Amino acid sequence: MRYEAPTSSKEAAKLLAGTKGKAVVLAGGTDLLVRMKMGHVEPDLIVDIKRIEATQAIKKTASGFKIGAGVPGATMGRNSALKKAWPGVVEAAELIGSDQIQGRCTIAGNLCNASPAADSVPAMVAAGAKAAVVGPNGRRTVAVEKIPTGPGKTSLKKGEMIESISLPKKAPRSGDAYLRFIPRTEMDIAVVSAGVNLTLDNKGVVKMARVALGAIAPTVVLVEDAAKAIVGSKLDEEALSALAAACEAACKPIDDMRGTIEFRTEVAGVLGRRAAKLAYERAGGKS
Amino acid sequence: MSGVQVSTTINGDVEEFVCHPGETLLDVLRNRLGLIGAKEGCGTGDCGACSVTVDGELVCSCLVLGAEVEGRKVTTVEGLADGNKLHPLQEQFLDNAALQCGICTPGFLVAAKALLDRNPDPTEEEIRYALAGNLCRCTGYDKIVRAVDAAAKDLRAEAKKAAKKKAAKKAKKA
Amino acid sequence: MAEQTYTDQEFKVIGTRPRRPDGVDKVTGRARYGADAFAPGQLVARVLRSPHAHATIKKIDTSKAEKMKGVKAVITSADLPDLTEGNRGNFDILENCMARGRALYHGHAVAAVAAIDEPTARKALKAIKVEYKVLPHVTDVDAAMADDAPIVQPHVQQDGKPSNIANVSQFGHGDVDGGFAEADVVIEKSYKTEQTHQGYIEPHACLASVGPDGQGELWVTTQGHFTFRTVCAQLLGMDIAKLKVTSSEIGGGFGGKTHVWMEPLALALSRKANRPVKLVMGRDEVFMGSGPTCSTSMDVKIGAKKDGTITAAEATLRYQDGPYPGPWGMLGAMTSFACYDLPNVKTVAYDVLVNRPKVAAYRAPSAPMAAFGVESTMDLVAEAIGMDPVDFRIQNAAKEGTRASYGPTYGPIGIGPTLDAVKNHPHMQAKLGPNQGRGMACGFWFNFGGQTCTDLNIGTDGTVNLTVGTVDVGGARASMSLIAAEELGISYDKVKCNIGDTASLGHNDTTEGSRGTFSSGMATIFAARAAVDVLKQRAALMWEIDVDDIEWKDGAAHAQGVAHSNLAPLTLEEIAKKSPQTGGPIAGHNEVVADGAGVSFASHICDVEVDPETGSTRVLRYTVVQDAGKAIHPAYVEGQFQGAAAQGIGWALNEEYVYGEDGRLQNPSFLDYRIPVCSDLPFIDTEILEIPNPNHPYGIRGVGETSIVPPLAAISNAVSNAVGVRLDHIPMSPPRVLKAIKDGNGA
Repeated sequence: MRYEAPTSSKEAAKLLAGTKGKAVVLAGGTDLLVRMKMGHVEPDLIVDIKRIEATQAIKKTASGFKIGAGVPGATMGRNSALKKAWPGVVEAAELIGSDQIQGRCTIAGNLCNASPAADSVPAMVAAGAKAAVVGPNGRRTVAVEKIPTGPGKTSLKKGEMIESISLPKKAPRSGDAYLRFIPRTEMDIAVVSAGVNLTLDNKGVVKMARVALGAIAPTVVLVEDAAKAIVGSKLDEEALSALAAACEAACKPIDDMRGTIEFRTEVAGVLGRRAAKLAYERAGGKS
Repeated sequence: MSGVQVSTTINGDVEEFVCHPGETLLDVLRNRLGLIGAKEGCGTGDCGACSVTVDGELVCSCLVLGAEVEGRKVTTVEGLADGNKLHPLQEQFLDNAALQCGICTPGFLVAAKALLDRNPDPTEEEIRYALAGNLCRCTGYDKIVRAVDAAAKDLRAEAKKAAKKKAAKKAKKA
Repeated sequence: MAEQTYTDQEFKVIGTRPRRPDGVDKVTGRARYGADAFAPGQLVARVLRSPHAHATIKKIDTSKAEKMKGVKAVITSADLPDLTEGNRGNFDILENCMARGRALYHGHAVAAVAAIDEPTARKALKAIKVEYKVLPHVTDVDAAMADDAPIVQPHVQQDGKPSNIANVSQFGHGDVDGGFAEADVVIEKSYKTEQTHQGYIEPHACLASVGPDGQGELWVTTQGHFTFRTVCAQLLGMDIAKLKVTSSEIGGGFGGKTHVWMEPLALALSRKANRPVKLVMGRDEVFMGSGPTCSTSMDVKIGAKKDGTITAAEATLRYQDGPYPGPWGMLGAMTSFACYDLPNVKTVAYDVLVNRPKVAAYRAPSAPMAAFGVESTMDLVAEAIGMDPVDFRIQNAAKEGTRASYGPTYGPIGIGPTLDAVKNHPHMQAKLGPNQGRGMACGFWFNFGGQTCTDLNIGTDGTVNLTVGTVDVGGARASMSLIAAEELGISYDKVKCNIGDTASLGHNDTTEGSRGTFSSGMATIFAARAAVDVLKQRAALMWEIDVDDIEWKDGAAHAQGVAHSNLAPLTLEEIAKKSPQTGGPIAGHNEVVADGAGVSFASHICDVEVDPETGSTRVLRYTVVQDAGKAIHPAYVEGQFQGAAAQGIGWALNEEYVYGEDGRLQNPSFLDYRIPVCSDLPFIDTEILEIPNPNHPYGIRGVGETSIVPPLAAISNAVSNAVGVRLDHIPMSPPRVLKAIKDGNGA
């Protein structure tokens, strides 16, 4: 086993690509070290990307925000501009684990861990976030929903790593929200979750919406029918019921120790509805 | 498996050690440096008994590699007291009987200090959520929350006193 | 002046709240727990565990592991004494530590290694090849009682046939059928509770060292180092006196550290390697390979007249013990109706074997489940006869002279006073909002005394070393120091309380049954009184007067009578200073079987809010009222009440062992075994009642356990009141509550 802490993404990609055995990226480590502890992964090379400058900052750009892949949740929570623009995404990131986990966990890591229950992912998907991927063959930009392909599996190729996550510029009269259900008040993995991002016209009618659900299928799901159910509405009861029904219809969950199929399906509708209402309020809509 | 050589600062002292690439900071602290205050309750970041700060950020030392702290500043429960003067949190934990078995106490103290460093006047709810990553099975958290609240009051009083003193000094100078 | 009795004593330091003597060590990180010991040349041990719930072990090949560089010892059951022909109890204990021919649950240890470091030990485990033949398994208590269930222990039989029913226990008196015939209302209902773990934050850990001369030392986190010494010596064929066991600081036990789990393995590895061996369980191993409490299934039936008189009560309890028979069903049967004065009562309990970990004690073991069934049914009966649930309980509460449902006749007890306190508590007046509900429930625990041995030594400066053999699970050193200070008449800070190792004291029973303060407190009082006798003799020598003319008062010898009026009192310190000249060290010693542990009762009130769309329950207010007999250090008594209530809340709402179809434990982690976190709980209000225990010099009753008994039922009653349907399955996790709401009846 080797540990390397390169100072550029290019160098990191080279290390990752050039290793014969299992090479892993270490960002916050809050998933990786657990998997190592449990013996689920025994890497030959650990590439710590936190000494790479580009992974370390949150930058406000002309097109929105760029969040470095090594930026922990706690730092996102302290960035007031980011919080103001994308409260749902920031809240989702801040829901990952305890304050201790917040000191380390990253949204890029949360994405690459590829858990269907990852807290930040539905919010990122709803927000239309994109990942900047660096690999041995250069850079590419990928919509975040294209990264996880199934539990624990990603579309990243050998040698590729995420350098940063970009969020678009916040549109006027838009708002986002993320809600999850956990049995305790903290420290749990989402049993079901919902992220909603919507934009209103100047009359308060929803003109664009994205609804994403977590923990109800092998990957986070962008539910287009749920978005359609509220576009053109002022989020009246009828629209909300249609949204809830669409959320329930999109569920293909499993029965496990965290929740039953029946429970997940029903609560997906409840959370979709509640998150939509919150996003609507944040967009300035009055229900 | 080759060792990684690390130079870091722990509780204000420069420490150098060699560790396995996959060895956690918790194991380094306990097994290589003799700092047994951080405890392993789970090894998976779920109990907070191994809490330390790295460059001021609260973390579970079981989820940090020893190799990662090269050039960083680590603070553990052993660094909380100022010489033989206990930190107000330590004093209040004792006065409020906020520990029973005590295994979670170091983690709670480190986490509570991290909270009060950035929020000197937390509400009960803020205390409870800030400490949600620290499991305690003995106390039901009641006396812990009260101790943190009392220590926050002490620290605010201390800060006020220090500010007054500073102002008086400044006035004198002027 | 009449002789003081336990009811009218005036205390000077008892009842105050000083800092604990071990406090500074515990807030600075210096205190040493199980995993905090290091020995020169120590090895790291790891245990290989069965991936199957039930399997025959056909072959274990350790040859590859043994040849690995850095591996110093590998053991399987073949390296341990074969107790097949011996005592069955010892056989079971050792077989649970290391499977012999068959794996009886997921996580059952099958081999262990000691190596120079952790990575090597892990690699060695991977190199051990075990050949299993998987057998059918059973993990559910009701399924295990079915006729065609897989048999867990072929030697366990009922009516001459192999059976999973290990014990049947029955208690009660009167004519139950006749009593039900007299009732206006009879309610009968079935309940289930899932398996929970004590959840102490410190995993099992020890450091063992055994030499070729057969002498050994064991540093271990335990509630009973003397018991561990006896058990380990017996299992491994060592001389008891040659094994010194030191109890480390203990990071929580709650009953789970009363049994040996892997300590004999560490000793055996050390013996084989001839080096110290450190063995620390991972959290997953704690869940899989130590001892949680039973899951249960039960039927409860209570009949009452319209005026509120209970005419008969009956319970059938089925407790799951894991693969080894225990007393758990029996304890459930004994405790279930202990709060009430019943003319006709019958309880029958079955101890049932399944392919899960061996069950261990968990704080008032077996009582919370039975109380859940009984106290839920009590609410249903009260509702059916239109009576307030508190008044209904007050009317039927046991009192002095009541024949307990499990046999004995009660002396002065606290159930009535706790109920009166509940009725008058401001909590009962707090307003409830929408989706909120209030519940209350009662609980009982026996408490225990047992063998105790204590030493008290007075130094020449007048300070006191008190050595006790019960462990300090949560402030006991403070309580013992208070007691010694009270008895000697000196200040608290003059006493230093130590927990003695097995080489320094006679046998002490395990610290269980809330016995620490009761029994070591009693032995401390007697040891201090013995020391006072010596102090008086020394004063007599110093004064050259008759010892009968000396009275001990306020920490000093006082010469009595006009003849001695010229003699100023001699303080303890003055007498101690002269002790080298008056006969040498001054000490008091006591060994006692501390009989007469007073039974303890608690009544709890709880308010909850339930989200009707998700089934999520939030505890809003919680109040504990419990009888302590006499609170020595009230802050730590409150701590016991609060901690017990919090464990009960976790059990009631979210904690459970989840098994898959494959018989494997699905959630052996603090992530998915959900104990309450800080933000889950409100402040837990406490009210300490003091109804003295006549069998203790200070009136002490144990306080540690009782308050885990009521919460399951108190919360269930509150949730049921909030959602309007009766919950009958613990934990009341959101999926269960949501389903109950949707179905309109019990989950």
